Amino acid sequence: MTITYRPRAHEDHPPFLYADYKGTRKRSPAMPLVPLVQSLSEVTGPGPAWTELSEEDADLTTNAGTGGEAIGQRSVITGHVYDENGEPMPNVLIEIWQANACGRYMHWREVDFPAPLDPNFLGAGQCRTDGQGEYRFVTIKPGPYPWGNHHNAWRPAHIHFSLMGPALTTRLVTQMYFPDDPLFDLDPIFQSVPEQARDRLVATYDHEVTIPNWALGYRWDIVLRGTVVGGAE
Amino acid sequence: MGHRLAGHSRGGRGVTGPTPSQTVGPYFTMELTGEGQNVLTNPETGGERIRVEGVVLDADRNHIEDALIELWQANAAGRYNHPADDRDDVPLDPEFTGFGRCASDFTRGTYSFLTIKPGPVPHPSGGMQAPHISLIIQARGMLDPTYTRIYFADEGEANAKDPVLATVPEARRSTLIAERVDDDGSVPTYRFDIRYQGDDETVFFDV
Repeated sequence: MTITYRPRAHEDHPPFLYADYKGTRKRSPAMPLVPLVQSLSEVTGPGPAWTELSEEDADLTTNAGTGGEAIGQRSVITGHVYDENGEPMPNVLIEIWQANACGRYMHWREVDFPAPLDPNFLGAGQCRTDGQGEYRFVTIKPGPYPWGNHHNAWRPAHIHFSLMGPALTTRLVTQMYFPDDPLFDLDPIFQSVPEQARDRLVATYDHEVTIPNWALGYRWDIVLRGTVVGGAE
Repeated sequence: MGHRLAGHSRGGRGVTGPTPSQTVGPYFTMELTGEGQNVLTNPETGGERIRVEGVVLDADRNHIEDALIELWQANAAGRYNHPADDRDDVPLDPEFTGFGRCASDFTRGTYSFLTIKPGPVPHPSGGMQAPHISLIIQARGMLDPTYTRIYFADEGEANAKDPVLATVPEARRSTLIAERVDDDGSVPTYRFDIRYQGDDETVFFDV
């Protein structure tokens, strides 16, 4: 075995228990994690094989396949995937899901929020990073939506991102937010991220990414765990 | 292309902090699981067919109705389908990826996988690890992934020598060992429940 990943940067991730996000109170480990010396079981992972099996499906404005147009603000979301050493990560699968422009998810459990569904918008897609580690989706900017955490709780607009990366250790599920959302200060899920790392979840508006007369553009880079560089190999 | 890292600031040594984790939320099945993703075998896959099943439970031992359970394991010979496992003397199985995904059942919190019993894989300390399966569990109400391992109760001798189990406090080791349960069909079935909090909390690893 020649690869070792850096320890997980717990100080940059939310704690398991963040009491303001009520769901964590009963669903967080109470005992300390048991340290594990990485073996082949951890430095391998499903990412490479799963990427091979997955189809490109990167335009969420059309992938409902209805022939009709999804309603809302068309948005290009693009960026690079890097590891913690700053190296771009090619051929990484990114899977996303999100609410529609009204803040409604196309999911059978979403029954409490009477916002309209959009028959031309499924809100799910996937793509791979290219040889330079760059990905690109075209979608609709999702709307904020209410949830049951506390009285009159609203989630800031966000898109769920899932990346396997190359190893078990690099697994990441996160959420991308849009700049200047007034709900950031009121959202315990966003606030659960340590302050110094919070802005890493917020995309930047990038006029160069826009498509004239068609779509606005946002740039958001993702950083996965990196290997130990210069260690005993 | 030379793009700067949007949303990230580089540290003093050119090192970038990782993107923080967020909860998978209640709607991940829109993208992350699908029919058949908890079945790892096909008729050509090598190895002993097994079924792994269990329930995901919260602090009050209520079932977690919206957990994402992801499975990763070696093939029957103990080789991972991954470029980092380049041991040419251990055969790959082209009919086995080693990856599965399952969403817990909404009304019961149960999950299951149809897979094969993995072979032993080496440990950096020199010995072999007992056959095991790695799991990653996420859910609404979980801000970070939790990692655990499934070992098999009928591998007592290998388990006794396993270097990872040896690091787990003895009183907690049983939370990692799947018991063989009565088969109601032809496939041997192992039960592995995942519990958060409480005296019998499942061991979660800092991988």
